[in-house]
Amino acid sequence: MPCGSQGPVPGLDARSRYLRSLVVRGLQGGNRGHVGASMSPIEILRVLYDDVMRYDPARPDWPERDRCILSKGHGCLALYALLADKGFIGTDALDRFCRVDGILGGHPERGKVPGVEASTGALGHGLSIGVGMALAARMQQRGSRVFVVMGDGEINEGSVWEAALCAGKHRLSNLTAIIDYNKIQSAGPTREIQDLEPLVDKWQAFGFATVEVDGHDVAALRATFRRLPFDAGRPSAVVCHTVKGKGIGFAENDPQWHHHSNFDAQTLEKLHHAVGAGQ
Amino acid sequence: MRKACIDMVHALAKKDPRVVFIGSDLSPGLLQKMKDEMPQRYYMEGVSEANVIGMAAGMAMDGYMPFVNTIATFITRRCYEQVALDLCLHHLPVRLIANGGGLVYAPLGPTHLAVEDIAIMRALPNMTVTAAADAAEMVRLMEATLDWPHPIYIRLGKGGDPIVSRAENGFEIGKGIVMRRSEARDPVLLISCGVMTGRALLAADLLQQKGIPAELIHIHTIKPLDERLIVERARRARGVFTIEEHTVIGGLGSAVIDALIEHGGARMPLVRKLGLADRFAANYGSQDDLLELSGLQPHQIADRVEEVLQRLRVA
Repeated sequence: MPCGSQGPVPGLDARSRYLRSLVVRGLQGGNRGHVGASMSPIEILRVLYDDVMRYDPARPDWPERDRCILSKGHGCLALYALLADKGFIGTDALDRFCRVDGILGGHPERGKVPGVEASTGALGHGLSIGVGMALAARMQQRGSRVFVVMGDGEINEGSVWEAALCAGKHRLSNLTAIIDYNKIQSAGPTREIQDLEPLVDKWQAFGFATVEVDGHDVAALRATFRRLPFDAGRPSAVVCHTVKGKGIGFAENDPQWHHHSNFDAQTLEKLHHAVGAGQ
Repeated sequence: MRKACIDMVHALAKKDPRVVFIGSDLSPGLLQKMKDEMPQRYYMEGVSEANVIGMAAGMAMDGYMPFVNTIATFITRRCYEQVALDLCLHHLPVRLIANGGGLVYAPLGPTHLAVEDIAIMRALPNMTVTAAADAAEMVRLMEATLDWPHPIYIRLGKGGDPIVSRAENGFEIGKGIVMRRSEARDPVLLISCGVMTGRALLAADLLQQKGIPAELIHIHTIKPLDERLIVERARRARGVFTIEEHTVIGGLGSAVIDALIEHGGARMPLVRKLGLADRFAANYGSQDDLLELSGLQPHQIADRVEEVLQRLRVA
């Protein structure tokens, strides 16, 4: 897709476009949001919630549920889209995103939003919390699994690697680290700001059975997640190659679209059009 | 005090299945009996304070009450954001057992002196901040933790401190204890926390000998503070002197002044904060050496009180 195109991006099916339309609804509701960072993990979260995790929207605190922590909390609109789609929250909550009378903030908060497992936004916290949840599940002999979705900029944080060491040591096969590897952090390309390569080798070296996948290929994600755990005696890591701003042609791979606010009418129309409104 | 506290983790774990111990690279053999008896609830992790706090939070979200233990500076400064967000924002019943609060690690220098721990812990919403006077009171504090649903910071002294607390005074988180009462019309009011309470008791004796009646309140819980007791006893005092092994910025003294300003009468009583100056320690030596250099030994406290009262002509 050439940069600058304003129509729907080919390759995304109707469900992926619908979920992105919910993100755009939130962007419009709050008149702000992390556009690029919310679009790249959509398929990851879609497959987790559609095909992988056990949960009950009517009982968000069901002890036996699987837990998903969106550790890159700034991508929260993607999570909100799934939580709205699954009925944890009403879709109208998106219209009050970041507003004084809303429950959906610019970073997700446990206790405020049903289905949000941890309050994230300060980067590098989610994997440690996930380690604790995975150990709790082990101690309580629950079958719950824990999925922690992290950004590539986020894993610059040293705390992530402390948590990775710990998960590896405890052989937490009920824990999966998922990297939304869109290769652009806030300031620019990850290879320039803080190169992460060889990323798969790093997770392997920290004790994770690690697999790479196209993070927008729903069938491939499904097949990958269904193989979890990749090793019965180790935590798993999935490095998902994604595109920042995926599905919004003019925003794809553009660091300027990491976060955006004060949308004018024309930009909003372009966003709606990009996700297939009226198609 | 440290041994009493750590042994209590094991005792509490035996009667409450929520209790878990998480250490960060501590002494070999620490809590070995607990490790042997309940290995699934004993964790000795590496030098990774940020991870340990997050891990404790994750366990607490699923029903556990983790007692996390490491050196005071590292359980506060090093992982402050994890304490603030993972524990306090989520409002989880995690307990932070902080070895060597204050000047305990004097020979090791400023990297290991936890002299602003109370200030930074106290600034966090939902956090409870405690500093017991001695090992006996530590046992009472630890027993009370099981029924306290908030995160708790537990400042430990060196160990071997004289037992000055009394069981008959009871123990309730958030309640101050009048350690010495004065029937005088306008006694000096000393307010202390942690192991300074033992020294404050001796200072009160010295003041009595100087003919200055003194009353002493021990504050084992700096947050939530027993504001009612402090305001009530300060009302008739000729002067209020807070005594702490902590920087004078943001600790017990600041908390007391906050309470007097917010809840006191129209006129503030005379208040002085006796604590550590706003600078990194320049010397090594022992905890007592540094307390002496800071004017916090009993005779120095008594002299300072007398000097202030005389200078202001309220003696």
